[in-house]
Amino acid sequence: MNEVAFLAWVRGIGFQIALGIFIVGMVVRWLEIFLLGKKHDYSAPKGSAVQGAIHTIFSRSIPEKSTWQRSRVQIVTGYVFHVGLLLIILFLTPHITLFREFLGFGWAGLPNSVVDLIAVITMFALLVALVRRLQDPVLRFISTFQDYLVWTVTFLPLLTGYMAYHHLGFSYPTILGLHILSVEILLVLFPFTKLMHAITLFIARGFNGATAGHKGVQA
Amino acid sequence: MSTSLGAILREQYGVSRRDFLKFCSVLASSMAISPTFIPRIAEALEKTPRQSVIWLSFQECTGCTESLTRSNAPTLESLILEQISLDYHHTLQAAAGDAAERARDLAMKANQGKYLLIVDGSVPMGNSGYSTIAGISNVDALREVASGASAIIAVGTCAAFGGLPHANPNPTGAVSVSEIITDKPIINISGCPPIPVVITGVIAHLITFGVLPELDKLGRPLSFYGQNIHDRCYRRPFYEKGLFAEDFDDAGAKKGWCLYKLGCKGPVTYNACATLKWNDGVSFPIEAGHGCIGCSEPNFWDAGGFYRPLAVPTEGVAQLTQMAFAAGGALGIAAGVLNAKKRDHAIAERETVSIDDLKRKG
Repeated sequence: MNEVAFLAWVRGIGFQIALGIFIVGMVVRWLEIFLLGKKHDYSAPKGSAVQGAIHTIFSRSIPEKSTWQRSRVQIVTGYVFHVGLLLIILFLTPHITLFREFLGFGWAGLPNSVVDLIAVITMFALLVALVRRLQDPVLRFISTFQDYLVWTVTFLPLLTGYMAYHHLGFSYPTILGLHILSVEILLVLFPFTKLMHAITLFIARGFNGATAGHKGVQA
Repeated sequence: MSTSLGAILREQYGVSRRDFLKFCSVLASSMAISPTFIPRIAEALEKTPRQSVIWLSFQECTGCTESLTRSNAPTLESLILEQISLDYHHTLQAAAGDAAERARDLAMKANQGKYLLIVDGSVPMGNSGYSTIAGISNVDALREVASGASAIIAVGTCAAFGGLPHANPNPTGAVSVSEIITDKPIINISGCPPIPVVITGVIAHLITFGVLPELDKLGRPLSFYGQNIHDRCYRRPFYEKGLFAEDFDDAGAKKGWCLYKLGCKGPVTYNACATLKWNDGVSFPIEAGHGCIGCSEPNFWDAGGFYRPLAVPTEGVAQLTQMAFAAGGALGIAAGVLNAKKRDHAIAERETVSIDDLKRKG
């Protein structure tokens, strides 16, 4: 398979397979969670469940004081790479071109040099997170194979994208193909690994917030 | 009368020594050869007897020949082309029928092992009747002529990689020259069509140094195909700034912004268009306002649509998305029902424990 054929495959059949698995997996996981239902709470409400849910979804994004004092590095690197990832995914022009293909509309992108800088910062934050995971005895003890797997599949699209932009290592068609392939691997694994937290965190926060809201207590 | 190239250029075409050396230096610079070699190129071109060339045209559109011969004549490139001993080229030669085939036989015998074979067009491996010349199938002709050639130049993407005839569904079973001939040096000069100076440059290189120029992994001369169109594109700064034409006649297009979103394949294409340019250096496709279609790369016809940006999938995904949602919905509901049954079953199976039971166990 030459590099043009490889690129055509990842943009064609490869992408279709990955997108198909991603959508099927996401819908199944969603339905499974929501069809679990919630037992009717017969107690008299002491507050609004909906308000509690909305409040918690946002409030848990702000680190608790004691947690902040205990693990600043973890919180900062976590924030940096999550925000960085979002910015790169949503505001690099070629990515917006892809979203337009699905959504029918696009938006203004950031200049490439800005996204380039964000990518470097994001990769650095991910590396710090990995080093911390390996160095901290407790973190290392509770880390499973899956933790390292999801770190790798998150890091690879960044690395290959950076290499594609700077023409490092491979010819452009090859590295672009590898970049797209790495995202396809991410898509395939997403619904079946911890990466699913990108969706389930809102469900979990909402559930806890609603329970607390109903009881009229702080979540 | 001398029959060397330099002598013919001087005596018959009145090319001055100065112009001739200038041409040699253009060749040297376009092939990234050190200027110190210019006298050597000039000397070789002047002294070498006319190189016998047999040109075979298979499944092709004559666009490659057009490109090479119709460059605003008489350029020095076209003079060079005329002054090689083009012993057989069924579009350009005067002879026809048996006389033409005899000319080919004679040239092959007279220059056995020394003549250069240039091929344009792909070779059909399906029914041999798909393409014949004088009743000889393309594959037979290629094998026969290639056996006595010193080197083969595959001109155009069809000869180099299969090109248009090779595009899906490839009804004739078209293949490139290199898929049939494996025991001869082959230089691929891809492009649809290729840039004229590239072929003259390669011929000059062969005559001067007697060896093949440095080739990339697709068999193309690195000096012409070593660089990416995107990297050498004068519109590149707009790409970096995020300024793109969204349509062929919008304000961005008129301002000359990057054509990436209109499907330009410059980033994945290796050729010299952006530097050598076409029509005597007038412009090249991107300068004329159309994205690069990637014509010097293998399988470019099947690489996912000339107007689809590189960032988007080659096929529409609307139907796939709908099907995946439907399949996911069905599977999800089935899983939900199974989970509910499991839960109900577990509840039904629960054993009640009374105080008496606990007391007994304690």
